Amino acid sequence: MTAEHTESTGPAGTTGTIEKVSIIVSKGSLEGVYPALIMANGARAEGIEANLFFTFFGLDAIHKARLEHIKLATVGNPGLHLATWAGGLPGMSSVMTHYLTHKMDKLDIPPIPEFIEMIADTGAGLYACKASVDLFGLTKADLVEQVKDIITVGEFYELAAGGQIIFT
Amino acid sequence: MPTATYADAVVAVNDEGFFTEPDEWTPDMAAEIARQVGIDELTDRHWQVITFMRKEYTEKGTGPTVRVLGKTSGVSIKELYQLFPKGPAKLAAKIAGIPKPRGCI
Repeated sequence: MTAEHTESTGPAGTTGTIEKVSIIVSKGSLEGVYPALIMANGARAEGIEANLFFTFFGLDAIHKARLEHIKLATVGNPGLHLATWAGGLPGMSSVMTHYLTHKMDKLDIPPIPEFIEMIADTGAGLYACKASVDLFGLTKADLVEQVKDIITVGEFYELAAGGQIIFT
Repeated sequence: MPTATYADAVVAVNDEGFFTEPDEWTPDMAAEIARQVGIDELTDRHWQVITFMRKEYTEKGTGPTVRVLGKTSGVSIKELYQLFPKGPAKLAAKIAGIPKPRGCI
């Protein structure tokens, strides 16, 4: 008998496997966007249904004119272990971004535009937040073709129902 | 170590049902394993992926991730997910009798 993953009901009605994740992307920095994309792609690779909801500065990751220019935050980013005065120097963000993307390329981690396309190809749903789109004065024409729709927070909750919600 | 029976042969598998001894796999087993994971019929396209998985395992000691599959197997990401809806690298590895690939992309 093959040992397969079986569903079991745990406390508070939880099951043993995750069937769907809906991931909120709220940040527009390199290190803010990638975790969400990796989570979505990784979910799809495990056969888990996935949705991505881009809000606030996360919209940059699906904005035609901006998604190729997403940068690493070099100021106010203690995890980078870079002195504030150094991180604030002109061009520092570009230099660090370039350095990190070069390292990611060597590990075959795709750049954001390619990653977005790839994730859409896996069948994940990509959505833009209506409130943020209105706030920034954008339209669907500003967003990449992989975006399925511009939706409200209520519609997002409907989409996410029955699955896990991950905020990034 | 758990075992499974395919094509009248007993093989060693891990807790998730992946082969721990890829040499125990024969092509006849593929259809049976596929049915267990919800794929009723293996087409030529499925076999293209399965063959590629075993080749990669033999050459590199590990199966490819979905990204590598999409780039080098000749089957696009979109098609991979149509062929293996519940995770192409994961399912193709199981059907191909190799361990589950470890990778995050």
